[in-house]
Amino acid sequence: MRLLHDFLERTARRVPDKIALVTTGQRFTYAQIESDAARLARALRARGVARGDRVAIFADNGVEVVVGIFATLKAGAVFMPVNSLTKGDKLAYLLNDSRASCLVTTQALREIWEHALAGSESVSACIVSGLPARDGNGRLSSYEAALADDSQELETSSTIDQDLASIIYTSGSTGEPKGVMLTHLNMVSAAQSVNGYLGITGEDVILCALPLAFDYGLYQILMGFLVGATVVLERSFSFPVKILQTAASEGVTVFPGVPTMFSMIMSLGNLAQFDLSRLRMITNTAAALSERHIRELRELFPQATLFSMYGLTECKRVTYLPPPELDVRPTSVGRGMPNEEVWLVDEHGKRLPNGSTGELVIRGSNVMRGYWEKPEQTARRLKPGPYPGEMVLYSGDIFRTDEEGYLYFVARKDDIIKSRGEKVSPKEVENVLYALDGVQDAAVVGVPDEVLGQAIKAYVVLRSGCRHSEKDVLRHCQGRLESFMVPKHVAIVGELPKTDTGKIKKTGLS
Amino acid sequence: MTSDLKQQVRQFILDNFMMGSKAEVPDDASFMDRHIIDSTGFLELISFVEQSFDIQISDDEMVPENLDSLNNIERFVQKKRAAGIPAGR
Repeated sequence: MRLLHDFLERTARRVPDKIALVTTGQRFTYAQIESDAARLARALRARGVARGDRVAIFADNGVEVVVGIFATLKAGAVFMPVNSLTKGDKLAYLLNDSRASCLVTTQALREIWEHALAGSESVSACIVSGLPARDGNGRLSSYEAALADDSQELETSSTIDQDLASIIYTSGSTGEPKGVMLTHLNMVSAAQSVNGYLGITGEDVILCALPLAFDYGLYQILMGFLVGATVVLERSFSFPVKILQTAASEGVTVFPGVPTMFSMIMSLGNLAQFDLSRLRMITNTAAALSERHIRELRELFPQATLFSMYGLTECKRVTYLPPPELDVRPTSVGRGMPNEEVWLVDEHGKRLPNGSTGELVIRGSNVMRGYWEKPEQTARRLKPGPYPGEMVLYSGDIFRTDEEGYLYFVARKDDIIKSRGEKVSPKEVENVLYALDGVQDAAVVGVPDEVLGQAIKAYVVLRSGCRHSEKDVLRHCQGRLESFMVPKHVAIVGELPKTDTGKIKKTGLS
Repeated sequence: MTSDLKQQVRQFILDNFMMGSKAEVPDDASFMDRHIIDSTGFLELISFVEQSFDIQISDDEMVPENLDSLNNIERFVQKKRAAGIPAGR
Protein backbone atom coordinates (compact mmCIF):
# COMPACT_ATOMS: atom_id res chain seq x y z
CA MET A 1 0.00 0.00 0.00
CA ARG A 2 1.28 3.40 -1.01
CA LEU A 3 -0.87 6.00 0.73
CA LEU A 4 -1.99 6.12 4.33
CA HIS A 5 -5.70 6.27 3.53
CA ASP A 6 -5.36 3.12 1.42
CA PHE A 7 -5.36 1.36 4.81
CA LEU A 8 -9.01 2.31 5.31
CA GLU A 9 -10.13 2.14 1.68
CA ARG A 10 -8.77 -1.35 1.04
CA THR A 11 -10.04 -2.78 4.30
CA ALA A 12 -13.47 -1.21 3.76
CA ARG A 13 -13.65 -2.92 0.37
CA ARG A 14 -12.43 -6.24 1.75
CA VAL A 15 -14.51 -6.44 4.97
CA PRO A 16 -17.11 -3.62 4.80
CA ASP A 17 -19.28 -4.99 7.61
CA LYS A 18 -16.48 -5.66 10.05
CA ILE A 19 -16.54 -3.44 13.15
CA ALA A 20 -13.68 -0.95 12.79
CA LEU A 21 -14.26 1.20 15.83
CA VAL A 22 -16.04 0.94 19.16
CA THR A 23 -16.20 4.26 20.97
CA THR A 24 -18.47 6.12 23.41
CA GLY A 25 -20.95 3.26 23.30
CA GLN A 26 -21.21 3.21 19.50
CA ARG A 27 -19.96 0.70 16.94
CA PHE A 28 -18.86 1.68 13.43
CA THR A 29 -18.18 -0.65 10.53
CA TYR A 30 -15.35 -0.10 8.07
CA ALA A 31 -17.95 0.80 5.41
CA GLN A 32 -19.43 3.48 7.69
CA ILE A 33 -16.06 5.06 8.50
CA GLU A 34 -15.12 4.98 4.81
CA SER A 35 -18.36 6.60 3.72
CA ASP A 36 -18.26 9.23 6.48
CA ALA A 37 -14.64 10.05 5.66
CA ALA A 38 -15.50 10.48 1.97
CA ARG A 39 -18.37 12.83 2.80
CA LEU A 40 -16.30 14.88 5.20
CA ALA A 41 -13.51 15.01 2.57
CA ARG A 42 -16.01 16.51 0.11
CA ALA A 43 -17.06 19.05 2.72
CA LEU A 44 -13.40 19.98 3.27
CA ARG A 45 -12.89 20.45 -0.46
CA ALA A 46 -16.10 22.47 -0.72
CA ARG A 47 -14.73 24.76 1.99
CA GLY A 48 -11.58 25.38 0.04
CA VAL A 49 -9.19 22.83 1.53
CA ALA A 50 -6.65 22.09 -1.20
CA ARG A 51 -3.87 19.56 -1.67
CA GLY A 52 -1.16 20.06 0.96
CA ASP A 53 -3.30 22.30 3.21
CA ARG A 54 -3.18 21.65 6.93
CA VAL A 55 -6.31 20.51 8.71
CA ALA A 56 -6.10 20.63 12.51
CA ILE A 57 -8.11 18.04 14.40
CA PHE A 58 -8.77 19.09 17.97
CA ALA A 59 -11.02 16.74 19.92
CA ASP A 60 -11.10 14.11 22.61
CA ASN A 61 -10.69 10.57 21.32
CA GLY A 62 -13.82 9.77 19.35
CA VAL A 63 -15.14 8.87 15.92
CA GLU A 64 -14.75 12.48 14.70
CA VAL A 65 -10.99 12.24 15.06
CA VAL A 66 -10.78 9.02 13.07
CA VAL A 67 -13.13 10.26 10.35
CA GLY A 68 -11.34 13.63 10.36
CA ILE A 69 -7.95 12.02 9.78
CA PHE A 70 -9.04 9.92 6.82
CA ALA A 71 -11.20 12.69 5.35
CA THR A 72 -8.22 15.03 5.39
CA LEU A 73 -6.06 12.46 3.62
CA LYS A 74 -8.76 11.72 1.04
CA ALA A 75 -8.96 15.43 0.32
CA GLY A 76 -5.20 15.40 -0.35
CA ALA A 77 -4.52 17.52 2.73
CA VAL A 78 -2.32 17.09 5.81
CA PHE A 79 -3.86 16.22 9.17
CA MET A 80 -2.58 17.81 12.33
CA PRO A 81 -3.81 16.10 15.48
CA VAL A 82 -3.92 18.41 18.51
CA ASN A 83 -4.10 17.11 22.08
CA SER A 84 -7.54 17.91 23.50
CA LEU A 85 -5.92 19.20 26.70
CA THR A 86 -4.37 22.09 24.77
CA LYS A 87 -5.35 25.57 25.98
CA GLY A 88 -6.45 28.52 23.84
CA ASP A 89 -3.17 30.39 23.39
CA LYS A 90 -1.24 27.29 22.45
CA LEU A 91 -3.93 26.15 20.02
CA ALA A 92 -3.70 29.60 18.40
CA TYR A 93 0.08 29.16 18.15
CA LEU A 94 -0.31 25.75 16.50
CA LEU A 95 -2.91 27.01 14.00
CA ASN A 96 -0.79 30.02 13.14
CA ASP A 97 2.53 28.19 13.01
CA SER A 98 1.13 25.55 10.63
CA ARG A 99 -1.11 28.12 8.86
CA ALA A 100 -3.91 25.58 9.09
CA SER A 101 -6.78 26.27 6.72
CA CYS A 102 -9.36 24.21 8.55
CA LEU A 103 -10.15 23.06 12.07
CA VAL A 104 -12.23 19.97 12.82
CA THR A 105 -13.38 20.01 16.43
CA THR A 106 -16.23 19.48 18.87
CA GLN A 107 -18.74 21.72 20.63
CA ALA A 108 -17.40 20.53 24.02
CA LEU A 109 -14.12 22.36 23.41
CA ARG A 110 -15.75 25.53 22.12
CA GLU A 111 -14.38 27.91 24.73
CA ILE A 112 -10.86 26.98 23.74
CA TRP A 113 -11.16 26.99 19.95
CA GLU A 114 -13.21 30.17 19.90
CA HIS A 115 -10.39 31.89 21.74
CA ALA A 116 -7.83 30.41 19.34
CA LEU A 117 -9.80 31.22 16.19
CA ALA A 118 -10.07 34.85 17.23
CA GLY A 119 -6.31 35.02 16.78
CA SER A 120 -6.07 32.97 13.60
CA GLU A 121 -6.27 34.36 10.09
CA SER A 122 -5.42 31.21 8.20
CA VAL A 123 -8.37 29.10 9.32
CA SER A 124 -11.19 29.70 6.84
CA ALA A 125 -13.40 26.80 7.90
CA CYS A 126 -14.18 25.26 11.26
CA ILE A 127 -16.23 22.07 11.21
CA VAL A 128 -17.76 21.33 14.60
CA SER A 129 -19.30 18.11 15.85
CA GLY A 130 -22.38 18.87 17.94
CA LEU A 131 -22.67 22.45 16.69
CA PRO A 132 -26.12 23.91 17.49
CA ALA A 133 -27.97 24.56 14.19
CA ARG A 134 -28.32 28.29 14.85
CA ASP A 135 -24.51 28.70 14.99
CA GLY A 136 -23.76 27.46 11.49
CA ASN A 137 -22.58 30.57 9.72
CA GLY A 138 -19.39 32.30 8.64
CA ARG A 139 -16.45 30.02 9.29
CA LEU A 140 -18.50 27.59 11.39
CA SER A 141 -20.33 24.60 10.00
CA SER A 142 -21.73 21.37 11.33
CA TYR A 143 -19.85 18.08 11.16
CA GLU A 144 -23.10 16.12 11.23
CA ALA A 145 -24.51 18.17 8.31
CA ALA A 146 -21.36 17.41 6.30
CA LEU A 147 -21.84 13.67 6.88
CA ALA A 148 -25.53 13.85 5.94
CA ASP A 149 -24.79 15.28 2.49
CA ASP A 150 -24.40 12.50 -0.07
CA SER A 151 -25.16 14.64 -3.10
CA GLN A 152 -21.81 14.29 -4.84
CA GLU A 153 -19.00 11.85 -5.41
CA LEU A 154 -15.54 12.60 -4.10
CA GLU A 155 -12.93 13.16 -6.77
CA THR A 156 -9.74 11.22 -6.15
CA SER A 157 -6.82 13.33 -4.97
CA SER A 158 -3.52 13.39 -6.84
CA THR A 159 -1.51 12.60 -3.70
CA ILE A 160 1.74 10.67 -4.07
CA ASP A 161 3.70 9.03 -1.27
CA GLN A 162 6.17 11.93 -1.07
CA ASP A 163 3.36 14.27 0.00
CA LEU A 164 2.89 15.11 3.65
CA ALA A 165 0.25 13.06 5.41
CA SER A 166 0.58 14.60 8.86
CA ILE A 167 2.24 17.23 10.98
CA ILE A 168 2.49 16.23 14.62
CA TYR A 169 3.68 18.86 17.07
CA THR A 170 6.17 17.86 19.69
CA SER A 171 7.81 19.66 22.58
CA GLY A 172 11.33 20.86 21.98
CA SER A 173 14.07 22.04 24.29
CA THR A 174 13.65 25.57 22.90
CA GLY A 175 10.18 25.66 24.46
CA GLU A 176 8.53 26.32 21.10
CA PRO A 177 6.59 23.27 19.85
CA LYS A 178 7.86 21.97 16.51
CA GLY A 179 5.77 20.36 13.78
CA VAL A 180 7.16 16.98 12.75
CA MET A 181 6.48 16.60 9.01
CA LEU A 182 5.61 13.05 8.03
CA THR A 183 4.98 11.88 4.48
CA HIS A 184 2.67 9.09 3.41
CA LEU A 185 5.80 7.02 2.77
CA ASN A 186 7.04 7.74 6.33
CA MET A 187 3.79 6.66 7.94
CA VAL A 188 2.99 3.70 5.72
CA SER A 189 6.54 2.39 6.27
CA ALA A 190 6.36 2.92 10.02
CA ALA A 191 3.00 1.16 10.35
CA GLN A 192 4.18 -1.77 8.26
CA SER A 193 7.48 -2.09 10.13
CA VAL A 194 5.81 -1.94 13.53
CA ASN A 195 3.29 -4.52 12.53
CA GLY A 196 6.10 -6.55 11.02
CA TYR A 197 7.19 -7.50 14.53
CA LEU A 198 3.94 -7.13 16.49
CA GLY A 199 1.93 -9.25 14.08
CA ILE A 200 -1.50 -7.73 14.76
CA THR A 201 -4.15 -9.41 12.58
CA GLY A 202 -7.75 -8.86 11.53
CA GLU A 203 -8.79 -11.10 14.43
CA ASP A 204 -7.43 -8.70 17.01
CA VAL A 205 -9.34 -6.27 19.21
CA ILE A 206 -7.08 -3.35 20.18
CA LEU A 207 -7.80 -1.28 23.28
CA CYS A 208 -6.66 2.30 22.73
CA ALA A 209 -6.89 4.65 25.70
CA LEU A 210 -3.96 6.75 24.44
CA PRO A 211 -4.77 10.12 22.90
CA LEU A 212 -4.87 10.00 19.10
CA ALA A 213 -2.84 13.22 19.08
CA PHE A 214 0.03 11.12 20.42
CA ASP A 215 1.62 9.01 17.67
CA TYR A 216 1.46 5.87 19.85
CA GLY A 217 -2.34 6.25 20.01
CA LEU A 218 -2.67 7.30 16.38
CA TYR A 219 -0.84 4.19 15.16
CA GLN A 220 -3.28 1.92 16.99
CA ILE A 221 -5.91 3.18 14.54
CA LEU A 222 -3.53 3.05 11.58
CA MET A 223 -2.28 -0.48 12.26
CA GLY A 224 -5.74 -1.69 13.20
CA PHE A 225 -7.15 -0.37 9.94
CA LEU A 226 -4.20 -1.75 7.96
CA VAL A 227 -5.09 -5.31 8.96
CA GLY A 228 -8.84 -4.90 9.52
CA ALA A 229 -8.83 -5.29 13.31
CA THR A 230 -11.35 -3.70 15.69
CA VAL A 231 -10.16 -0.72 17.74
CA VAL A 232 -11.88 0.00 21.04
CA LEU A 233 -11.20 3.69 21.55
CA GLU A 234 -11.43 5.14 25.05
CA ARG A 235 -11.60 8.81 25.93
CA SER A 236 -9.07 8.71 28.73
CA PHE A 237 -7.58 6.52 31.40
CA SER A 238 -9.31 8.33 34.26
CA PHE A 239 -11.35 5.30 35.27
CA PRO A 240 -9.19 2.19 34.88
CA VAL A 241 -11.96 -0.03 36.25
CA LYS A 242 -14.28 1.12 33.48
CA ILE A 243 -11.59 0.41 30.93
CA LEU A 244 -11.04 -3.09 32.28
CA GLN A 245 -14.80 -3.73 32.14
CA THR A 246 -14.79 -2.69 28.50
CA ALA A 247 -11.66 -4.74 27.81
CA ALA A 248 -13.40 -7.82 29.20
CA SER A 249 -16.75 -7.28 27.46
CA GLU A 250 -15.14 -6.51 24.09
CA GLY A 251 -12.69 -9.42 24.33
CA VAL A 252 -9.65 -7.19 23.92
CA THR A 253 -6.54 -8.98 22.65
CA VAL A 254 -4.03 -6.12 22.37
CA PHE A 255 -3.36 -3.52 25.06
CA PRO A 256 -0.91 -0.71 24.30
CA GLY A 257 -0.01 1.37 27.33
CA VAL A 258 2.53 3.56 29.07
CA PRO A 259 4.02 2.86 32.51
CA THR A 260 1.61 5.24 34.29
CA MET A 261 -1.37 3.25 32.97
CA PHE A 262 0.14 -0.08 33.95
CA SER A 263 0.92 1.19 37.41
CA MET A 264 -2.69 2.38 37.83
CA ILE A 265 -3.99 -1.02 36.77
CA MET A 266 -1.63 -2.93 39.00
CA SER A 267 -2.71 -0.92 42.03
CA LEU A 268 -6.29 -2.20 41.67
CA GLY A 269 -7.27 -4.97 44.03
CA ASN A 270 -10.05 -6.39 41.87
CA LEU A 271 -8.20 -7.29 38.70
CA ALA A 272 -9.07 -10.97 38.97
CA GLN A 273 -12.77 -10.32 38.40
CA PHE A 274 -12.23 -9.15 34.81
CA ASP A 275 -12.03 -11.84 32.21
CA LEU A 276 -9.01 -10.80 30.19
CA SER A 277 -8.23 -14.31 28.99
CA ARG A 278 -8.18 -13.18 25.36
CA LEU A 279 -5.48 -10.59 26.00
CA ARG A 280 -2.49 -11.83 24.02
CA MET A 281 -0.27 -8.78 23.70
CA ILE A 282 0.78 -5.84 25.87
CA THR A 283 3.01 -3.12 24.48
CA ASN A 284 4.88 -0.39 26.31
CA THR A 285 6.68 2.68 25.05
CA ALA A 286 7.07 6.41 25.81
CA ALA A 287 8.90 5.62 29.05
CA ALA A 288 10.72 2.57 30.31
CA LEU A 289 9.00 0.01 32.51
CA SER A 290 10.88 -0.78 35.69
CA GLU A 291 12.01 -4.36 36.19
CA ARG A 292 9.45 -4.67 38.98
CA HIS A 293 6.64 -3.54 36.66
CA ILE A 294 7.76 -5.96 34.01
CA ARG A 295 7.71 -8.82 36.51
CA GLU A 296 4.33 -7.85 37.91
CA LEU A 297 2.74 -7.38 34.49
CA ARG A 298 3.91 -10.79 33.39
CA GLU A 299 2.56 -12.37 36.57
CA LEU A 300 -0.80 -10.66 36.18
CA PHE A 301 -1.17 -11.43 32.50
CA PRO A 302 0.76 -14.65 31.88
CA GLN A 303 -1.27 -15.24 28.71
CA ALA A 304 0.04 -12.02 27.12
CA THR A 305 3.32 -11.32 25.35
CA LEU A 306 4.99 -8.12 26.51
CA PHE A 307 6.77 -5.83 24.05
CA SER A 308 9.14 -3.16 25.42
CA MET A 309 9.68 -0.51 22.76
CA TYR A 310 11.26 2.87 22.21
CA GLY A 311 10.44 5.58 19.73
CA LEU A 312 10.15 9.25 18.98
CA THR A 313 7.64 11.22 16.94
CA GLU A 314 10.34 12.09 14.39
CA CYS A 315 10.37 8.51 13.08
CA LYS A 316 7.52 6.90 15.01
CA ARG A 317 9.15 3.77 16.42
CA VAL A 318 12.83 2.94 16.67
CA THR A 319 13.32 -0.31 18.55
CA TYR A 320 11.54 -3.22 20.17
CA LEU A 321 12.76 -6.00 22.41
CA PRO A 322 11.83 -9.44 21.06
CA PRO A 323 9.75 -10.89 23.95
CA PRO A 324 12.00 -13.94 24.57
CA GLU A 325 14.82 -11.47 25.37
CA LEU A 326 12.85 -10.03 28.32
CA ASP A 327 14.27 -12.69 30.60
CA VAL A 328 17.81 -12.19 29.31
CA ARG A 329 17.97 -8.38 29.26
CA PRO A 330 14.83 -6.90 30.82
CA THR A 331 16.05 -3.30 30.80
CA SER A 332 16.95 -3.25 27.11
CA VAL A 333 14.64 -1.60 24.56
CA GLY A 334 15.94 -4.06 22.00
CA ARG A 335 17.12 -3.46 18.47
CA GLY A 336 15.94 -1.69 15.32
CA MET A 337 12.59 -2.71 13.87
CA PRO A 338 12.21 -4.28 10.39
CA ASN A 339 13.31 -2.16 7.37
CA GLU A 340 15.27 0.22 9.57
CA GLU A 341 18.92 0.57 10.56
CA VAL A 342 20.11 2.06 13.85
CA TRP A 343 23.59 2.70 15.26
CA LEU A 344 25.42 4.74 17.85
CA VAL A 345 27.80 7.59 17.09
CA ASP A 346 30.35 9.53 19.11
CA GLU A 347 30.27 13.34 19.32
CA HIS A 348 32.03 13.58 15.92
CA GLY A 349 29.39 11.44 14.23
CA LYS A 350 31.70 8.40 13.99
CA ARG A 351 29.94 5.04 14.13
CA LEU A 352 30.66 3.12 17.34
CA PRO A 353 31.07 -0.66 17.79
CA ASN A 354 28.85 -2.78 20.05
CA GLY A 355 29.57 -2.25 23.72
CA SER A 356 29.80 1.56 23.38
CA THR A 357 27.80 4.54 24.57
CA GLY A 358 26.75 7.28 22.15
CA GLU A 359 23.89 9.06 20.39
CA LEU A 360 21.39 6.86 18.58
CA VAL A 361 21.05 7.44 14.83
CA ILE A 362 18.16 6.11 12.77
CA ARG A 363 18.01 5.37 9.05
CA GLY A 364 14.85 4.32 7.27
CA SER A 365 11.79 5.31 5.27
CA ASN A 366 10.09 6.16 8.57
CA VAL A 367 12.39 9.13 9.24
CA MET A 368 10.55 12.48 9.08
CA ARG A 369 10.96 15.14 6.41
CA GLY A 370 11.96 17.69 9.04
CA TYR A 371 10.36 20.23 11.33
CA TRP A 372 7.77 22.44 9.66
CA GLU A 373 9.43 25.73 8.66
CA LYS A 374 12.26 25.26 11.15
CA PRO A 375 15.34 24.63 8.99
CA GLU A 376 17.87 25.21 11.77
CA GLN A 377 16.26 22.79 14.16
CA THR A 378 15.80 20.33 11.31
CA ALA A 379 19.52 20.54 10.47
CA ARG A 380 20.41 19.62 14.03
CA ARG A 381 18.40 16.40 13.77
CA LEU A 382 18.60 15.38 10.11
CA LYS A 383 22.13 14.91 8.81
CA PRO A 384 23.53 13.36 5.63
CA GLY A 385 23.40 9.56 5.57
CA PRO A 386 25.50 6.99 3.71
CA TYR A 387 24.11 7.75 0.22
CA PRO A 388 23.85 11.06 -1.63
CA GLY A 389 20.70 12.97 -0.77
CA GLU A 390 19.82 10.65 2.06
CA MET A 391 19.19 12.05 5.52
CA VAL A 392 19.40 10.13 8.78
CA LEU A 393 17.88 11.07 12.14
CA TYR A 394 20.00 12.00 15.14
CA SER A 395 17.70 11.06 18.01
CA GLY A 396 19.20 13.29 20.70
CA ASP A 397 19.08 10.28 23.01
CA ILE A 398 22.16 8.61 24.45
CA PHE A 399 22.17 4.82 24.52
CA ARG A 400 24.65 2.09 25.23
CA THR A 401 24.83 -1.24 23.47
CA ASP A 402 25.77 -4.61 24.88
CA GLU A 403 28.10 -7.00 23.05
CA GLU A 404 25.25 -8.27 20.90
CA GLY A 405 24.05 -4.82 19.92
CA TYR A 406 20.97 -4.57 22.15
CA LEU A 407 20.26 -1.01 23.20
CA TYR A 408 19.88 0.45 26.69
CA PHE A 409 18.65 3.99 27.25
CA VAL A 410 21.14 6.16 29.15
CA ALA A 411 19.98 9.79 29.00
CA ARG A 412 18.66 12.54 26.80
CA LYS A 413 21.04 15.09 25.37
CA ASP A 414 18.54 17.85 26.12
CA ASP A 415 16.58 18.48 29.30
CA ILE A 416 13.15 17.26 28.16
CA ILE A 417 11.13 15.74 31.02
CA LYS A 418 9.06 12.59 30.53
CA SER A 419 5.97 12.75 32.70
CA ARG A 420 3.11 10.28 32.32
CA GLY A 421 4.76 9.22 29.06
CA GLU A 422 4.42 12.73 27.62
CA LYS A 423 7.36 14.90 26.65
CA VAL A 424 7.47 18.13 28.58
CA SER A 425 9.81 20.94 27.68
CA PRO A 426 11.04 22.72 30.85
CA LYS A 427 11.51 25.81 28.69
CA GLU A 428 7.86 25.80 27.61
CA VAL A 429 6.76 25.66 31.26
CA GLU A 430 9.31 28.30 32.27
CA ASN A 431 8.06 30.60 29.50
CA VAL A 432 4.57 30.37 30.97
CA LEU A 433 5.92 31.02 34.48
CA TYR A 434 7.79 34.12 33.28
CA ALA A 435 4.53 35.40 31.77
CA LEU A 436 3.13 35.71 35.30
CA ASP A 437 3.63 39.24 36.62
CA GLY A 438 6.05 39.31 39.50
CA VAL A 439 8.07 36.24 38.52
CA GLN A 440 11.74 37.11 38.46
CA ASP A 441 13.32 33.69 37.92
CA ALA A 442 11.94 30.27 37.14
CA ALA A 443 13.51 26.85 36.78
CA VAL A 444 11.64 23.69 35.92
CA VAL A 445 13.05 20.22 36.53
CA GLY A 446 11.82 16.64 36.58
CA VAL A 447 11.75 14.82 39.91
CA PRO A 448 11.23 11.07 40.35
CA ASP A 449 7.59 10.06 40.86
CA GLU A 450 6.24 6.58 41.50
CA VAL A 451 3.21 6.92 39.19
CA LEU A 452 4.24 9.59 36.68
CA GLY A 453 7.81 8.45 36.09
CA GLN A 454 8.94 12.03 36.48
CA ALA A 455 6.88 14.80 38.03
CA ILE A 456 7.34 18.42 37.09
CA LYS A 457 8.71 20.71 39.76
CA ALA A 458 8.92 24.47 39.37
CA TYR A 459 11.22 26.74 41.36
CA VAL A 460 10.07 30.32 41.31
CA VAL A 461 11.75 33.47 42.57
CA LEU A 462 9.36 36.41 42.99
CA ARG A 463 10.22 40.08 42.65
CA SER A 464 10.33 41.91 45.95
CA GLY A 465 6.90 43.00 47.08
CA CYS A 466 5.17 40.28 45.05
CA ARG A 467 2.96 38.04 47.17
CA HIS A 468 1.96 35.22 44.82
CA SER A 469 1.24 31.95 46.60
CA GLU A 470 2.13 28.55 45.19
CA LYS A 471 -1.55 28.15 44.26
CA ASP A 472 -1.51 31.42 42.33
CA VAL A 473 1.38 30.07 40.31
CA LEU A 474 -0.41 26.79 39.68
CA ARG A 475 -3.63 28.50 38.64
CA HIS A 476 -1.70 30.61 36.16
CA CYS A 477 -0.13 27.44 34.71
CA GLN A 478 -3.41 25.55 34.56
CA GLY A 479 -4.98 28.19 32.40
CA ARG A 480 -2.16 27.99 29.87
CA LEU A 481 -0.62 24.53 29.82
CA GLU A 482 -1.89 21.03 29.05
CA SER A 483 -2.55 19.32 32.39
CA PHE A 484 0.45 16.99 32.04
CA MET A 485 2.72 20.06 31.76
CA VAL A 486 1.37 21.79 34.86
CA PRO A 487 3.90 21.48 37.71
CA LYS A 488 2.98 19.00 40.40
CA HIS A 489 5.21 20.82 42.85
CA VAL A 490 5.89 24.54 43.09
CA ALA A 491 8.55 25.91 45.42
CA ILE A 492 8.77 29.65 45.92
CA VAL A 493 12.36 30.32 46.86
CA GLY A 494 14.51 33.32 47.67
CA GLU A 495 17.03 32.70 44.92
CA LEU A 496 18.22 30.10 42.43
CA PRO A 497 21.79 28.89 41.95
CA LYS A 498 23.49 30.70 39.04
CA THR A 499 26.50 30.01 36.86
CA ASP A 500 29.36 32.50 36.52
CA THR A 501 27.62 33.98 33.49
CA GLY A 502 24.41 34.51 35.44
CA LYS A 503 22.44 31.62 33.95
CA ILE A 504 20.28 29.54 36.24
CA LYS A 505 22.08 26.35 37.19
CA LYS A 506 19.67 23.42 37.40
CA THR A 507 22.08 20.75 38.55
CA GLY A 508 21.33 20.11 42.18
CA LEU A 509 17.71 21.25 41.98
CA SER A 510 15.33 18.45 42.87
CA MET B 1 -30.17 25.16 45.42
CA THR B 2 -27.08 23.11 45.78
CA SER B 3 -26.39 20.84 48.74
CA ASP B 4 -23.64 21.19 51.33
CA LEU B 5 -22.09 17.98 50.12
CA LYS B 6 -21.83 19.24 46.56
CA GLN B 7 -20.58 22.59 47.79
CA GLN B 8 -17.84 20.87 49.76
CA VAL B 9 -16.70 18.82 46.76
CA ARG B 10 -16.97 21.83 44.48
CA GLN B 11 -14.74 23.83 46.78
CA PHE B 12 -12.19 21.01 46.84
CA ILE B 13 -12.18 20.91 43.04
CA LEU B 14 -11.90 24.69 42.75
CA ASP B 15 -9.03 24.76 45.23
CA ASN B 16 -7.10 21.81 43.94
CA PHE B 17 -7.76 21.47 40.23
CA MET B 18 -8.82 24.93 39.21
CA MET B 19 -6.79 26.71 41.87
CA GLY B 20 -9.65 28.98 42.79
CA SER B 21 -10.20 30.26 39.24
CA LYS B 22 -13.52 31.88 38.47
CA ALA B 23 -14.69 29.07 36.17
CA GLU B 24 -17.92 27.36 37.17
CA VAL B 25 -18.55 23.71 37.94
CA PRO B 26 -22.22 22.99 37.20
CA ASP B 27 -23.78 20.14 39.18
CA ASP B 28 -24.17 17.87 36.17
CA ALA B 29 -20.89 18.64 34.39
CA SER B 30 -18.64 15.68 33.65
CA PHE B 31 -15.20 16.41 35.13
CA MET B 32 -13.69 14.24 32.42
CA ASP B 33 -15.48 15.81 29.44
CA ARG B 34 -14.71 19.29 30.65
CA HIS B 35 -11.10 18.42 31.38
CA ILE B 36 -11.51 19.63 34.95
CA ILE B 37 -9.85 16.56 36.46
CA ASP B 38 -7.35 14.25 34.80
CA SER B 39 -6.52 10.64 35.54
CA THR B 40 -4.20 11.31 38.47
CA GLY B 41 -6.57 14.00 39.76
CA PHE B 42 -9.36 11.46 40.17
CA LEU B 43 -7.21 9.56 42.64
CA GLU B 44 -6.97 12.73 44.75
CA LEU B 45 -10.71 13.30 44.45
CA ILE B 46 -11.38 9.76 45.64
CA SER B 47 -9.23 10.23 48.76
CA PHE B 48 -10.98 13.50 49.48
CA VAL B 49 -14.46 11.98 49.19
CA GLU B 50 -13.46 9.04 51.39
CA GLN B 51 -12.07 11.25 54.12
CA SER B 52 -14.69 13.98 54.05
CA PHE B 53 -17.72 11.74 54.05
CA ASP B 54 -16.29 8.86 56.03
CA ILE B 55 -16.90 6.21 53.43
CA GLN B 56 -14.64 3.71 51.75
CA ILE B 57 -14.68 3.46 47.99
CA SER B 58 -13.81 0.06 46.63
CA ASP B 59 -12.01 -0.40 43.30
CA ASP B 60 -15.30 -1.60 41.78
CA GLU B 61 -16.94 1.68 42.66
CA MET B 62 -14.34 3.85 40.94
CA VAL B 63 -16.46 4.41 37.85
CA PRO B 64 -17.81 7.58 36.21
CA GLU B 65 -21.37 6.79 37.29
CA ASN B 66 -20.24 7.35 40.89
CA LEU B 67 -17.59 10.01 40.56
CA ASP B 68 -17.75 11.98 37.33
CA SER B 69 -19.97 14.92 38.37
CA LEU B 70 -21.13 16.64 41.54
CA ASN B 71 -24.55 15.05 41.11
CA ASN B 72 -23.05 11.60 40.69
CA ILE B 73 -20.87 11.99 43.77
CA GLU B 74 -23.81 13.15 45.87
CA ARG B 75 -25.98 10.26 44.75
CA PHE B 76 -23.16 7.81 45.37
CA VAL B 77 -22.28 9.13 48.84
CA GLN B 78 -25.94 9.10 49.88
CA LYS B 79 -26.29 5.53 48.68
CA LYS B 80 -23.18 4.49 50.59
CA ARG B 81 -24.43 6.17 53.74
CA ALA B 82 -27.87 4.62 53.41
CA ALA B 83 -26.24 1.21 53.11
CA GLY B 84 -24.82 2.05 56.54
CA ILE B 85 -21.37 0.68 56.07
CA PRO B 86 -19.09 2.97 58.06
CA ALA B 87 -15.49 3.21 57.08
CA GLY B 88 -14.40 2.10 60.54
CA ARG B 89 -11.74 4.74 60.77
